[in-house]
Amino acid sequence: MQDKIERTIELKAPIARVWRALSDYKEFGQWFCLDIKEPFKAGQPTKATLTYPGYEGLLWEVHVKEMQPERLFSFTWHPYAVDPKVDYSVEEPTLVEFKLEATDYGTLLTLTESGFEKLPEHRRFEAFRMNDGGWAEQLQNIENYVSKDNVATK
Amino acid sequence: MKKLSNGQPHSISELTKGTDLTRQAVTKHLRVLESVGIVNGIKSGRESLYRFDPEPLNQAKGYLDIFSEQWDQALNRLKKFVEE
Repeated sequence: MQDKIERTIELKAPIARVWRALSDYKEFGQWFCLDIKEPFKAGQPTKATLTYPGYEGLLWEVHVKEMQPERLFSFTWHPYAVDPKVDYSVEEPTLVEFKLEATDYGTLLTLTESGFEKLPEHRRFEAFRMNDGGWAEQLQNIENYVSKDNVATK
Repeated sequence: MKKLSNGQPHSISELTKGTDLTRQAVTKHLRVLESVGIVNGIKSGRESLYRFDPEPLNQAKGYLDIFSEQWDQALNRLKKFVEE
């Protein structure tokens, strides 16, 4: 079972600029779509509310782990904890890491999110449920996912 | 779908209740889910019960694709933000 997300993206901006966009809570809130009122501090939890269309006002909570300037910003959280009725705090959180590296071009950013193997099974299904509001679209997604892998074996 | 995801078998009436979908619409959705193998229909007397089977989804690793997509969108917003 694959349990990790990894993405690498090259940014045409100096590493100091990228670090500010990650570590400064106001800047982070702008691109992540959050209304965030307290600075990130290593070892401390932070709360905010989402401003992302469709999820406005939802609580966003992370526990900041490491802040190594221009190198590493990491936190743990409960991924896509979008149902206000569910207490996600009983689940094992996943670890999100942003790693930075200066290049000739700008900055290489590697994002990883790990620990999905500990996510309860029903929450994997939840991902499909929260992915969009419409039944039809959800069904289409599921159909596409399943048929993509299974067509050849049918 | 949320009702189904608790792993218990449900009848069409149960699944229709509390939604604004008609019985026919729910039946149609269930057929699609059944056709792709993530819902199993079981006969129980006169009724058909439906149970969610997440195995094909787990195999397809689809849930991580969705989580990844959210990150792709966020990273693109970050890219625009720092390159402006």
